[in-house]
Amino acid sequence: MQITFRDKTYETKPNITARDAIKKIGMEPEAVLVVVNGKLVTDDVVLREGDQVKLVAVVSGG
Amino acid sequence: MRCKKCNTNAVINMRHHKLALCGEHYGEWFLAQTDRAIEKYKMFSRDERVLVAVSGGKDSLSLWDALLRLGYQADGLYIGLGINDPAPYSDVSLDKTRAFLESVIASREAAKQSPTSDAEIASQTPLAMTFTPTLHVVDVQETYGKTIPQIAQEKNRGHGKPCSSCGLTKRYVMNRLALEKGYTVLATGHNLDDEAAVLFQNTLRWQTQYLARQSPTLPASHEGLVKKVKPFVRFYERETATYALVRELDYVYDECPHAVGNLTNFYKTLLNQLEANSPGAKLSFYLEFLRARGEGVFDGFNQQDQLHACEVCGQPTTAPGRCAFCRMWDVSAIVQ
Ligand code: SF4
Ligand SMILES: [Zn+2]
Ligand SMILES: [Zn+2]
Repeated sequence: MQITFRDKTYETKPNITARDAIKKIGMEPEAVLVVVNGKLVTDDVVLREGDQVKLVAVVSGG
Repeated sequence: MRCKKCNTNAVINMRHHKLALCGEHYGEWFLAQTDRAIEKYKMFSRDERVLVAVSGGKDSLSLWDALLRLGYQADGLYIGLGINDPAPYSDVSLDKTRAFLESVIASREAAKQSPTSDAEIASQTPLAMTFTPTLHVVDVQETYGKTIPQIAQEKNRGHGKPCSSCGLTKRYVMNRLALEKGYTVLATGHNLDDEAAVLFQNTLRWQTQYLARQSPTLPASHEGLVKKVKPFVRFYERETATYALVRELDYVYDECPHAVGNLTNFYKTLLNQLEANSPGAKLSFYLEFLRARGEGVFDGFNQQDQLHACEVCGQPTTAPGRCAFCRMWDVSAIVQ
């Protein structure tokens, strides 16, 4: 399953929570929002094979 | 995670508040909290004209959006810094800020045509319906002859980041424009993560003078200084970002290229690691500081510097002769 963040793509196993996936790819759960299939979700959502997962950095602009 | 109010899917879980909300209820909560902070820290009233410093980023556009929806008379100020290398950061920021304003005006016009079509706007105060926000744009290069990277290059002799020149210029232009246009208060989009990072930095170095002055509301302590407020100080950065996404605000996603790797972002990361293991740590770090400050812990450190008018521009300054801004820009006559 693929997770995109900015212009990078990460590969993780499906059927884990978004929070665990974020930690697995070495990012800080507090620092990103999770959008699955175009919808903003909480990070306890379990990611499934085929989901389009995008992480949005919370730090930006000013 | 389900919304506490309506049990549909939540878009945010705020562990520090033990509160999960759906998009609709989050938007309502966010506005109510903004209004509470404005009242609690005695920021401004609906009779005052507020100038919002907008950069095109999520915090400042969310702030302008929230203030307008709450029925405040909020205009915007965009400062063109001329940071367009390697990416056209400043140009894109101005475009997004203008597009935001156009969409606000269009939706207000539409609401006037058919007042019941937009229940949200119709439910607002009559003032919110009739007030048409404007955007002031000050382009630094047009006004003072150089872009921020150019002046910084000159002043730093090519070393280091342009941030100190940039910060000085922004503070000066904001204050001056607010006064000239008759605004009583200047609002910025600083969130709790911004404030906690600054607090952390000041605490690490025991900068007691800075600690004494760090506040959600800085009164106009001297003639020629406008009151400064930060209505978002109680929101985590992920909360302002969530509001921007829920409201579908088209903000500048990429940071200023000079912000990459700066100390503030490093402290934000540290504090987020702490937060992940101890939900609410950032909130209590900041709010307990405000409590201690309110109790007068730092009062003895709040030195009131002797201010006098800059001999060129008339703005208050501690420096003898020309103020720091006029010295940096080598202004020797009044520029309008
Ligand atoms: S990161 Fe530095 S140069 Fe960029 S806008 Fe902020 S202060 Fe200015
Ligand atoms: Zn709800
Ligand atoms: Zn001056």
